[in-house]
Amino acid sequence: MAHSTGKVIGQRIFGAIPSVIGVVMVTFLLTRALPGDPAAFFAGPAATAEAIEEVRATLGLDKTLPEQFFLYLGDLVRGDLGTSLTTGQTVVYDLATRLPASLELTLAGLVLAIALALPLGILAATRPNSWIDHSVRLLATAGVSLPTFFTGLFLIYILYYQLGWAPAPLGRLDILYSAPPQVTGLYLIDSLLAGDLELFWAAASQLFLPAVTLGLFALAPLARVTRASMLGMLSSDFIRTARASGLPPRQVLFGYAFRNAMLPVITTLGVVFSFLLGANILVEKVFAWPGIGSYAVEALVASDYAPIQGFILTMALLYVVLNLLIDLLYVVIDPRAGVEA
Amino acid sequence: MTSSTLQHTRYVISENLVTFGAFALFLVLVLFAIFGDAIAPYDPLASNATVALQPPSSAHWFGTDELGRDILSRVIVATRLDLGIAVVAVFLSFLVGSILGTCAGYFGGWSDRIISRCIDTLMAFPLFVLAMGLVAALGNTVTNIIYATAIINLPLYTRVVRSEILVRREAGFVEAARLTGNSEWRIMARHLFPNVLPVMMVHISLNMGWAILNAAGLSFIGLGVQPPTPEWGIMVAEGATYIVSGEWWLALFPGAILMLAVFCFNLLGDGLRDLIDPRMRT
Repeated sequence: MAHSTGKVIGQRIFGAIPSVIGVVMVTFLLTRALPGDPAAFFAGPAATAEAIEEVRATLGLDKTLPEQFFLYLGDLVRGDLGTSLTTGQTVVYDLATRLPASLELTLAGLVLAIALALPLGILAATRPNSWIDHSVRLLATAGVSLPTFFTGLFLIYILYYQLGWAPAPLGRLDILYSAPPQVTGLYLIDSLLAGDLELFWAAASQLFLPAVTLGLFALAPLARVTRASMLGMLSSDFIRTARASGLPPRQVLFGYAFRNAMLPVITTLGVVFSFLLGANILVEKVFAWPGIGSYAVEALVASDYAPIQGFILTMALLYVVLNLLIDLLYVVIDPRAGVEA
Repeated sequence: MTSSTLQHTRYVISENLVTFGAFALFLVLVLFAIFGDAIAPYDPLASNATVALQPPSSAHWFGTDELGRDILSRVIVATRLDLGIAVVAVFLSFLVGSILGTCAGYFGGWSDRIISRCIDTLMAFPLFVLAMGLVAALGNTVTNIIYATAIINLPLYTRVVRSEILVRREAGFVEAARLTGNSEWRIMARHLFPNVLPVMMVHISLNMGWAILNAAGLSFIGLGVQPPTPEWGIMVAEGATYIVSGEWWLALFPGAILMLAVFCFNLLGDGLRDLIDPRMRT
């Protein structure tokens, strides 16, 4: 069994390669093969005609499309995504310094969503047609209807302006504090590693509102699938047998039903990540969060093209990796997935 | 509609007042979209510095913005643009997705492989990020917002149609149609595709809400619709700067209408699903 699971994991990793190739090709085509002059895009709005020609030559835009594609691949392999006109740094540097902020926010949102969605889904499934069930259904429909940017602003108004409970929505840390020494780049973890509880609290209070905003959005599909899948499990034969054999209800619920009901939930995580990474951009803009999403939005406003291209590529690769991890998690949790493949 | 379908419809509506409410809200939105200019109490673009940044009052129910424009009028007039973008985008992806999905499901083989591979590549992107990239590359216009929204919705339609066609491809009625001398294209268009439509209606309704959210999100980050055009996403973006100083009505009302519109389509989708296939209820 261990051998076949290893083989399946290898197959899954191998299977992600076409996605990566597709992503690289689409990102390339987005900039080169579409209407408009990419050289003018890359040179920026204030460039002169000579500057545009110069950019055209340096980018190799006077060559044929396949040639350009291999040039682009070469740049990617060397880790060269161009230079941002707004920050003056290389795009790779900018993305690398800003990525931890986005990851921290996304992970915090996901953890919050899972922590709320699983109990809610299970509660609803164990009490079908009760008021809990109906409110979870309502919450699940309302949750996907919420524009994240609107939820964020609303939370800011209530919790910051009216009640004064939350700090000003201006980035990862209040200006009174300086960032913890960088280990993982995630302030929550780094501040704990540095043993600075005050800093941890400061970072957590800044993170709270944006994470809740993201979490509310991701909560809905997770709660919905948990409920549906738990309902299916609880009415299945093996649960009836377990109950009839006199197993304690808690063991039936968590040991048997919950473990099996988790599989569709894990599959849904793929869609949830697509939501989260997209909503991230909006939430970062609302909370002035210094992640790669707000970086891309700033670049967009300035018609600074290289950062946008780098951002899209990073997000897509991140998403491919996350999907791969979900696949692998599935194989590890469900031994049957190994046998089938 | 047969009488039993009508009876079933009536039963579902009486059982499901929420869906009925959503349908009423849908009609109001359609009304706003068609007659918005006539319903709006003020000119949505007329600024009036003497009444700038006023909270809701009997003269301005939703208050006024920083230029003294009436927010209620702007919210009503924006309905046409927001719904319009979503309707055209969803229609486009439904049309193209149905054709691609039917071909992939019916012919199988290499056409299926090519179509599925292209769709998988689109699915490899977080969809909102892809939409953002498409608009940035195609150019910052409303038309391109529509194309981008249509493209990111394409995988959904193609996949659903493909799998629905696939399970019916070998069915008896298809075989019968083939034996009576129908061409392949006629079988696909007249015999197979109509069977997929009911399921697609549910997806279209649920997808409309998502398309509205998506288009509003794009204009919130400054893509597509340009000021001073009234549009819900851009109105929330403009109101965002005032929310930390306490002028909540600038962002709240357009945001709330946006949310209601999306909520309405999601509830309608759920209701339609109950109508078409009660077993799918979750």
